[in-house]
Amino acid sequence: MTSFDLNTARQDYFSLFGLPRSQRLDVAHLEALYRDIQAKVHPDKHAHLSDSEKRLAMQWATHVNEAYQTLRDPLRRARYLLELAGHDVALEKNTAMPPQFLIEQMELREAVAEAKEAQDLDRLDELHRRIRKEIAGEYARLEAALDGGRYDEAAGLVRELMFREKLFQEIDDALAALEA
Amino acid sequence: MALLQISEPGQSAAPHEHRLAVGIDLGTTNSLVATVRSGMAVVLNDELGRPLLPSIVRYAADGKIEVGYEAQAHQASDPKNTIVSVKRFMGRGLKDIAHVEALPYDFVEGEGMVKLRTAQGVKSPVEVSAEILRVLRERAEASLGGQLTGAVITVPAYFDDAQRQATKDAARLAGLNVLRLLNEPTAAAIAYGLDNAAEGIYAVYDLGGGTFDISILKLSKGVFQVLATGGDSALGGDDFDHRVFCWIIEQAKLSPLSHEDARLLLMRAREAKEFLTLNSEAPITARLSTGEFVDLKLTSEIFTEITRTLVQKTLGPTRKVLRDAGLSPAEVKGVVMVGGATRMPQIQKAVEEFFGQEPLNNLDPDKVVALGAATQANLLAGNRAAGDDWLLLDVIPLSLGIETMGGLVEKIIPRNSTIPIARAQDFTTFKDGQTAMALHVVQGERELVSDCRSLARFELRGIPPMVAGAARIRVTFQVDADGLLSVTAREQTTGREARIEVKPSYGLTDDEIAAMLKDGYTHAAEDAYRRALREAQVEAQRLVEAVLSALKEDAHLLTTLERAHIEACLAKLQAVMLGDDRRAIDEAMDALSKATVEFAARRMNQSVARALAGKKVDEL
Repeated sequence: MTSFDLNTARQDYFSLFGLPRSQRLDVAHLEALYRDIQAKVHPDKHAHLSDSEKRLAMQWATHVNEAYQTLRDPLRRARYLLELAGHDVALEKNTAMPPQFLIEQMELREAVAEAKEAQDLDRLDELHRRIRKEIAGEYARLEAALDGGRYDEAAGLVRELMFREKLFQEIDDALAALEA
Repeated sequence: MALLQISEPGQSAAPHEHRLAVGIDLGTTNSLVATVRSGMAVVLNDELGRPLLPSIVRYAADGKIEVGYEAQAHQASDPKNTIVSVKRFMGRGLKDIAHVEALPYDFVEGEGMVKLRTAQGVKSPVEVSAEILRVLRERAEASLGGQLTGAVITVPAYFDDAQRQATKDAARLAGLNVLRLLNEPTAAAIAYGLDNAAEGIYAVYDLGGGTFDISILKLSKGVFQVLATGGDSALGGDDFDHRVFCWIIEQAKLSPLSHEDARLLLMRAREAKEFLTLNSEAPITARLSTGEFVDLKLTSEIFTEITRTLVQKTLGPTRKVLRDAGLSPAEVKGVVMVGGATRMPQIQKAVEEFFGQEPLNNLDPDKVVALGAATQANLLAGNRAAGDDWLLLDVIPLSLGIETMGGLVEKIIPRNSTIPIARAQDFTTFKDGQTAMALHVVQGERELVSDCRSLARFELRGIPPMVAGAARIRVTFQVDADGLLSVTAREQTTGREARIEVKPSYGLTDDEIAAMLKDGYTHAAEDAYRRALREAQVEAQRLVEAVLSALKEDAHLLTTLERAHIEACLAKLQAVMLGDDRRAIDEAMDALSKATVEFAARRMNQSVARALAGKKVDEL
């Protein structure tokens, strides 16, 4: 399939939307651009056309979705920026985390496990909110680091955020399991 | 070159040419077909003026197939051959089906999907559903006076890949060109949103006969974006009937029932449930074949009490979708109620309490899905008028993944991802010299393969022998706009490619469908060849129109030579498309499609560039 183009969607996700490579990003603006493009390329707009056009529409819409999802999510955006900057995040290998962070995470994990055990919905909800807030603060630091070109610091924050997001997800799953 | 008129991209170049397109709500209990007529979505009634078609099919011993009210009349006298709520069996194995013991059918464990033994042989749920769809197609063709260009078929948002594939197969078997599978709550949101010019965050609470969906959508400036969807594909009004049925047996102290009596009491249970929508108590009377007489009174209080856990079961997924969307109930601007089962007062009350607002009931909950589907079908068929345009961004309801070591699932596409979507993941070999790899595709949220739905197993062969861990097998998942998955696997390191397209095991192969269609037409005495020819002609006509309209809009994107080539292919197709040589039509269509690939790509580039620039860009 050779036809997918616009210089293969302008090479990277930022230039696809005509945006600067930056962690700071107006998500509402991105969403508006995304919708404008999707309104042109989405398979629903080509359902009455030839098979080659339908296939092309699916390729385009798939690419635009991936680009949007990557840029919209601050963690994925950060990892993508690090990748573009040629900075190896080495996410799997380099796991040396600050001890203080690890202790804090362990405590949180215990709190979650206890609340899960006690089937304490309210407590889980509270932890959910608390971690959400912490995550938000962390993203502000990440933005400053990335846009200031401090890639090592940014990579460290990305790793921490991956921990936090994972825990957040676990609470989410625990809540879902209790509510089921 | 003379100045050409340019219409909006995607808009029909010949507005007078209205393509016949319908929306079909293939429901657990009832099905409907709707279309857009003079700009208005309307449900098409049967010859007696009835909008609903009960989703019931009877395979009578005399060889007759009855569908709808006719079949319904026999459900208590011939329960084994009268299939109700077949939607519950779509894409399902025997172990997935609730209350099997209470069902009168003679089940046959099929490969992946359960089948039913009837007086007319073993039938798959796909074939049974196709009978319902066929009646609706015939109703639409008679009513609209022509062959349909295509149909949008609705499915519960929470349907997994197996259930979607089964639905699409049923539609093909019924001779329908499926323009799109559309999620039921999304269809309802279109109908509601367009009618009310709604903007903001909306929830659609859809409790049908056998399925429950809850979707959260963001509606703004003509875009319907699904943020999250969830539900239970085995929870619906039927379960409320079943609770009442159990209550009757318990109250009347009945001994084990015959299938006929069981069906009779289930009918009485349903009537009582419906009666309680507007009344505070319902009488239940029935004379059984044993001579026993049932005479009970069901009050609203008791009904609410015995169904409390069912109502609660809908609130779990409701909380979950809000969490997935990162929203609180207070941020939801309106809750659209869909499905006949939402008429139950206890449902209304529970939803009102949960969201802290009165739910929206201003659309007919039985018809709203079909009306929304018809509106979308009209758009997809290319009938849209200027300004009458919107975009629908839907999601996949359940995560897709692959089995890894130890029976664990590696998720490749997470739930609530906007479709279409593609994701790739690299895998490697476990042993030295390994030349084949077994891949197992699953769907679901759980960590263990055994807790997820198995979608397909396939083997990738021809991997060049290497040391363990050296091969790079890239597995790509692609989910299309219908929410259907295809998987390809490719060995990367040596540049040698082994590719496999996977079709889920429960799906029917094209050959099977062709064989079934042929059988069907032999019975119906309709000439399969003529129908296929007519379909090719319609398809060819569509392609010619599309290319003509593209040339009219964007001929400037082609060199003189390229244009001449396309026009030559076009002329060739036009020359053969009215004849009766189907192969010639197919070949000419193929040639024209190939000739326009590059043109299509340039057109797409142009429209993306324009969308971004917000103004016209002449050259790229």
